[in-house]
Formats: sequence, structure tokens, C-alpha cells
Amino acid sequence: MKDTPLSNCERDFLLKAIEEKKRLDGRQTYDYRKIKISFGTDYGCCFVDLGQTRVMAQVSCELVAPKENRPNEGIMFFNIELSPMASPGFEQGRQSELSVKLNRQLERCLRNSKCIDTESLCVVSGEKVWQIRVDVHTLNNDGNLMDAASIAAITALCHFRRPDVSTQGQEVTVYSPEERDPIPLSIYHMPISVSFAFFQQGTYLLVDPCEREERVMDGLLVIAMNKHREICSIQSSGGIMLLKEQVMRCSKIAGVKVSEITELINEALLNDRKARKAGGKCGFAESMPQERITALKKDETPVEMTDVTETANGIIQKGEAAPQTVPSPVVPVPGVGQVGQGLQNSWGLEDDDEDDYEEEKNDNSGDEQVEEVTKMDVGEGDVVEISDSEEEEVVILNPEVPEKPKNTGSKSHQKGAAASKKRQKK
Amino acid sequence: QRSSNELYLRCQEFGCEQSLLSRPDGSASFVQGDTSVMAGVYGPAEVKVSKEIYDRATLEVLVQPKVGLPSVRERSQEQCVRETCEASLLLTLHPRSSLTLILQVLHDDGSLLSCCLNAACMALMDAGLPMSCLFCGVTCAISTDGQIITDPTAAQEKESRALMTFAIDSAKHSVLMSSTKGSFSVHELQQCIAVSQKASEKIFQFYRDSVKRRYSKSL
Repeated sequence: MKDTPLSNCERDFLLKAIEEKKRLDGRQTYDYRKIKISFGTDYGCCFVDLGQTRVMAQVSCELVAPKENRPNEGIMFFNIELSPMASPGFEQGRQSELSVKLNRQLERCLRNSKCIDTESLCVVSGEKVWQIRVDVHTLNNDGNLMDAASIAAITALCHFRRPDVSTQGQEVTVYSPEERDPIPLSIYHMPISVSFAFFQQGTYLLVDPCEREERVMDGLLVIAMNKHREICSIQSSGGIMLLKEQVMRCSKIAGVKVSEITELINEALLNDRKARKAGGKCGFAESMPQERITALKKDETPVEMTDVTETANGIIQKGEAAPQTVPSPVVPVPGVGQVGQGLQNSWGLEDDDEDDYEEEKNDNSGDEQVEEVTKMDVGEGDVVEISDSEEEEVVILNPEVPEKPKNTGSKSHQKGAAASKKRQKK
Repeated sequence: QRSSNELYLRCQEFGCEQSLLSRPDGSASFVQGDTSVMAGVYGPAEVKVSKEIYDRATLEVLVQPKVGLPSVRERSQEQCVRETCEASLLLTLHPRSSLTLILQVLHDDGSLLSCCLNAACMALMDAGLPMSCLFCGVTCAISTDGQIITDPTAAQEKESRALMTFAIDSAKHSVLMSSTKGSFSVHELQQCIAVSQKASEKIFQFYRDSVKRRYSKSL
């Protein structure tokens, strides 16, 4: 599916509005859209709504062998999945340029900044470490997937709990969540990326571009920072020339935004922890807004099933009885089984096939064979030469007969004990 | 509270939200107990020449698991959903077009295939695609002592002897698709089908209630 192209009048309208410091949704230049963070039922699942952009992150862990050059450290694996649900332009399975860019940026933001203590993920040095896998699924693309993905990823990592392990010498025991409480990952700091879109060769800048604004922007500057005002990564794409002051100004704005977002994340984590401790149900189901007119929830109801057995019995009686003549495998001689005896060859070469079709044991004698026997009037006891005739036979190896079996793929019949033609030697 | 002549089977709590995503033409999320699935529909849209069919729309279904890349299990679920949708959508009204249905698993706690079917039906309704009938999915599990459980949780599914999912249509309550696992007798199969047909009435009533609530302000 292709994305709808942007019309010229839309593009002109957007650019003109930006020159007049107006945005489509009425925001100011440095405003973020409304961020909503919610969690799923299991640990490590997080939903982030950035305006209409929605992403979901899920963290999972597995015990694997560590990398050769780092035997003491755990492994982190990130994957941003651009689902076709998010935008008609995204295709399943294809590594588009945007997908590579987002994945790389998320890796630089989270892995290279060393925000997770990977040494604490080591269980047995050199043999077993935890591999933490973060999958970010984009559900709806309304611009600025990078920021939403980074918020979702770091929140999911903070929310995640891994199973407890204990080592006794070389033995490793992994406890299930029921046996021992799972423990959180040790996270040093929370890097969050902030995106700035530039228009008209760097003259105008907007924070948190929406999808329309992203389409008409000239370049994008992504700064990943944590709340201690440490820059974790900077990336500028699009080929725009930025002045030093612009970059400094952007980093100051990013510092302010990151501290606001970090507060929001901490609040959401705290609320979730309180809700779980109180024992209530947590999850996507609970976070579904009930007061909306497009949402409906119904409680458990019992369904009466008293006449189910009668209905079922009625159907079975009305149905046809099973066919009496069920074709079952027949064993003429030891080592040979045949299914579908006496059937005609329907492969199209009718004339000279049914001749050597002597059925040794079975009840239906050769009355089906209409074709005359062309060759092989070999009586019992004759020795059939393994000659180079076009009519090849299959010989069954019997204990009494010392002849070599010659299996053929004759006349396009499949080789096989069960439905191949055979000639019995007595 | 189960006696031999009376059977009361539990129907899990349902929840549904429509039009929750702004990009897809139709979207819905369906919640059955703890299992939740989000569905998005795009269509009718342009189709690749290699995939176009001259007299009907091409339906493509994608199931995205929560962790990892899609594997063979997702492919078989996609096939089940696609065949159900093709049976109920009026594809001949949009020849040489594409309909894409994407299902994202948000949480799997059993009865996943039936939750996918329900989410798919609500998303197709939300997108306004013409259908000859609605469909719903019901999962039945037969426990080791022979009892039939509808909408089993993951724990119940693991201990069951057989697991069956049926897609039931709304017009005649006939079976559109069935996917079974495990061993069971013919009698048990017919019982499960009858149970699913009964349970599907509740689900169709829920569809009606959702849509009635949704359009209550505009009509």
C-alpha cells in the first residue's frame, strides 16, 4: 500500500503557517503534545501515547551464552517494529530507511549511553548471561515516532522485572515469579530523545513535529539527554546547516523537556506500583477509557447451556452413518502393504499398466482390468529376467525366492511398498 | 455450580473500543478477560499488480506477535482469520483493490484466535466495509475430565485435552472456520459446536450494544 502523497496546497499552507508561528493543532513552537503512559498486565509492557502517535514496548529476557569479547556482561537487543497498522506506507518485513534510522538511533540512545548496568545481568561468567530484548511496536504514526519509542523503551525497562536466579557452584536455579519475587533491572539514568524539526533551511524550528509537519520539514535534529543534563546522543539529518547557537539553544530546550518527561514517567511508574500493591487488576483492559462513547465493557455472565447435549445428539443422529466400507490397509505378504486395492490407474497412461496387476491375495479378482494382458504371461515358477524391456516389473523379495527386487518408478507410479504394482514370484 | 443436567458456562468479560487509531480506516481493540488484541484495517486501497484479482478485492491479514518476529504460528492464525473474513466480506464490490487487516497481540492469556476474530470483525465494521454477515470467534477447551470450558485462560488451555476455536456467523449461526488441537470424539465436537453457537449469541448482542452506544448521539 502506498502512502497518500502530500498535495502542494497542503505543503504551502503548512509552510506559510509556520512562518507566521502557527501550528496546525494550535501548539506553541516548543510545546509537546499530551503524553499518556500506561502499562500492561505483565511486567515490562508499556503503552505510550504522544498525541495521536501510539507505540507499545515489551521487554523480555532469556538466558544465553555471552559474547566472546565480553564474557561478564549481559546482552541488550532493541527492535523497533514499524507495523503496517501505523501507516499505510510501512510494509511488513521490509527494512525501510526510516526503520533503520529509528533502530540505530534507539540503540545509540540506550545502549551506547550505558544506562543499564549490563554487568549485573551476568549469571555465570563466560557461560550464562541474561539477554534483555526490547520490542517496540508502532501502533499509530502521527509523527515523532522516535521520541515516543524512546519514552516507551526506557519506561518499559524501568517497569520490567526479571526472574531471580541463584548459583551454587556451577548449578544455576531460575525461580519462577511464584517462588521468588522477580527483581528489577539496575538502571543508572533515563535517556530520552527530543526531536526538533527545521524548516526553510534552518530558519524556523518546531519541537515534536506531527505527521504533516514531518512531511514538509527540511531536516531533523534529535538530542537524547537525561535529567542530569548529560547529552547521550545527537543526530542531525536532512543536510541542513545549523549554527552553533541553534544547537546550543536546542540542547537547552531539550534539557527542560526531558526533565518534564522524566517526572511524568516516574509518576506513572509510581501509580502503577501502588495499583499492583493494592492488588487491583492492571493492564490494557483497565486502562481502556470507559466513559468514551466508542468503548463498551461488559462483565462476566453465565451462559445457559441446558439443551446443548440434546442438540448435539440430534445432529449426530441426523448426520450420515459412517461408511461401512472403510478402506483399510491390506497386507498380502510380509513386507508389503497396500491401500486402495483394485483401483484403476488414473495417471493417464491406461493401456499397458493394468496388465501386470495380478493381485495375489485379494477378493476382487481382475474383473476390473479391462485391458488385456499384453506381456508377462509368466506362469508361476518362471524366472523373470531382469532385462532391458520397457515393461519393468517390481519384484518382491520373498524368503524363498532368491531374486533381487527391482523397484521401479514405472509408469509414473510412486515407488513405495503400498501402492505399487507388483508381481509375485512364487 | 455444575450439575449433570444444567450447564452454566462462563462467558468472559468483554471490552471493545472502536476508532482508537487515527491513521487506519477502521480500528478496534477487543479485550476478553486478560487477552487483548488491537486490529487496524486499511481499504479499499491500491493493490500491487502482482497481487491483484480481477473481480474481487485482495484481502491480506497480518498477525504481529508481542515478542519476536512473526513465525509459522502467526501464519496459520492469519490463514484462519483470512478465510473467515473472505467468507463474510463482499469482496466482489471492490475489484482490483486491496484490503489489509493488521492484528497486534497486546496480551495473550488464552483464547487468542477467537479474540483476534472478534477484534477483526469490529475493525471491519468500524471501517465500513460491506459484509454479508458478522462473525465472532469462540474457543472451547475440553478438560481432562470431559468438561467443556468456553473462553479458557492460558492455564486452562495448558491442562486441557483438546482445544477448539470456531468462527460463527451472525446470520445462520453456522460455522465459518474451525481450528482444533488435541483429540476428541465426534459427540464432543458436536457439543462444542452447539456450545459455541450459544455463546456467540452473547457476543453478537455485545456487538449490537457497542454499535448502538456509539451512534446513540448522532442518530
